[in-house]
Amino acid sequence: MTIVTDAAGQTPDCAQDLAIVLDPARYADGTVLDLAGPLADGAVVLDVIVPARAPWSAVVTKGDVVTIVDVGGNQSGDCLLYNAHDTGERYSVPDTITWDGNVYVRTGTILRSNDGNPLATVIANEIDRQDTIGGACGKESNTLRYGYHTASEHGCRENFLGEASKYGMGARDIVSNLNWFMNVPIEADGALGIVDGISAPGKRVAFRAEMDVLVLISNCPQMNNPCNGFNPTPLRVIVTAGV
Amino acid sequence: MATGTNAHETGTVLSARVDARARGGKVADAMPYLPANSTPFPPPGVAASTLTWAETVADGNYTHKVIARGTRVRLEDVTGEACAHIVIYNAVAPWERLNVADTVKIPWQAYLGTGHPLLSGDGRVLATIVADDSRSHDALCGTSTAKANQARYGDAAPEGPSPSGRELFILAAAKHGLTPRDLPPSISFFKGVRVEPDGGLTFTGSAGPGKSVELLAELPLIMLIANVPHPADPRPRYTCGPLRVHAWKSRPTTEGDKRWDATPEALRCYLNTAGYAAARGIA
Repeated sequence: MTIVTDAAGQTPDCAQDLAIVLDPARYADGTVLDLAGPLADGAVVLDVIVPARAPWSAVVTKGDVVTIVDVGGNQSGDCLLYNAHDTGERYSVPDTITWDGNVYVRTGTILRSNDGNPLATVIANEIDRQDTIGGACGKESNTLRYGYHTASEHGCRENFLGEASKYGMGARDIVSNLNWFMNVPIEADGALGIVDGISAPGKRVAFRAEMDVLVLISNCPQMNNPCNGFNPTPLRVIVTAGV
Repeated sequence: MATGTNAHETGTVLSARVDARARGGKVADAMPYLPANSTPFPPPGVAASTLTWAETVADGNYTHKVIARGTRVRLEDVTGEACAHIVIYNAVAPWERLNVADTVKIPWQAYLGTGHPLLSGDGRVLATIVADDSRSHDALCGTSTAKANQARYGDAAPEGPSPSGRELFILAAAKHGLTPRDLPPSISFFKGVRVEPDGGLTFTGSAGPGKSVELLAELPLIMLIANVPHPADPRPRYTCGPLRVHAWKSRPTTEGDKRWDATPEALRCYLNTAGYAAARGIA
């Protein structure tokens, strides 16, 4: 078996065979995979590769830092956060952007709950801006956006629903989300849309948990827009202990 | 027996009943009008006999209603200071509810106006904005929270002088068997916000008194309305005005209406919605 390590000699966990998941030949021609590493100091608590198209979740302890690595470049990581002790309190797009006074998420943006409380703070970001307007794709909304021929395709809403069900949550618990590494400009007349990404292999974002948070990620399987360059690739999630 | 400054004679059941019943005919600035066709403010051009909901909602207050598919709801900002925060649900399957991300993403447009569909996360249109002379609305900032109002106005309780939208939505939702978990991000009418090139939010405020917007229910809906200041309103005082609500029987969007196939996305929104209603026996 091939041992896969990053430049620092670390081997992430993976639910599938890492040598296969990280084989560039599985992806579009010219795909470069860069595992990078954590954006924060501190002992590694958890280190996983989320395969292309797959969901992932974990509870992250207050003070710990989550680094998400865009391994293959321009891969949207749809993300929801919940208060781990009361999932009725969860990530809120409007509270986040209204408190911040800005629709784009950047270093320093506080990711707030529906009660206005800080769930996490973005402490490092290697692309210009991150999206929280574009929401998640899904089987049903894909039919509106791209036509009925897409109805058998998997979406982030399905990833979120399946992953949330592990915690006793359902459709009413899935709200509008963050999209790490997705690019959604809003133009002067209000026109908005998902356009070509501004990320690249190995680019990272990191946020510090401000309370114990349940993190759900959908590694976006969309094949009808540039949110993943029409080439779904893995994400790496590294949790490091607060220092 | 009355005590202190209490001027009421309420010492016995009989006198208490007389006292209570003496209040019935009073009129308040903000109140529902029943039957709806008794409204003192009938919307122009609408047959009074078709009205199903007529109400003035006080500033800092809320209302809610279950309305039939095909109902047309008119919201009027009487003084130019109302801000109508709205959440809507499919009344027969309320886990289907307003999804603000899909509402701006699927029409490729962040700013609400005539023709804009209000979408659920299930690929259907819950309501369509069918008239609007305000054009000062917001689908980005949501409503206020207790935390925000406590910080800005010093109080956020529903019974206090500056209730938050979320606290009022929690009460309105509970009256339909829905819990705080069931409150998704909301939209608001009559206070505008614009996005600057760097992503910064600019509050553009009101379009003035007497403006109105009309929503057409494309499915049977639970509609929650909180009339509270916009969360990005920079004014230090809790500033809000009365909101007038009228609804009447109309018909949902159908083939032949211009908006039915105005865009490819709109066509599939309406096809999905009409197909759902037909299958469910509520077309």
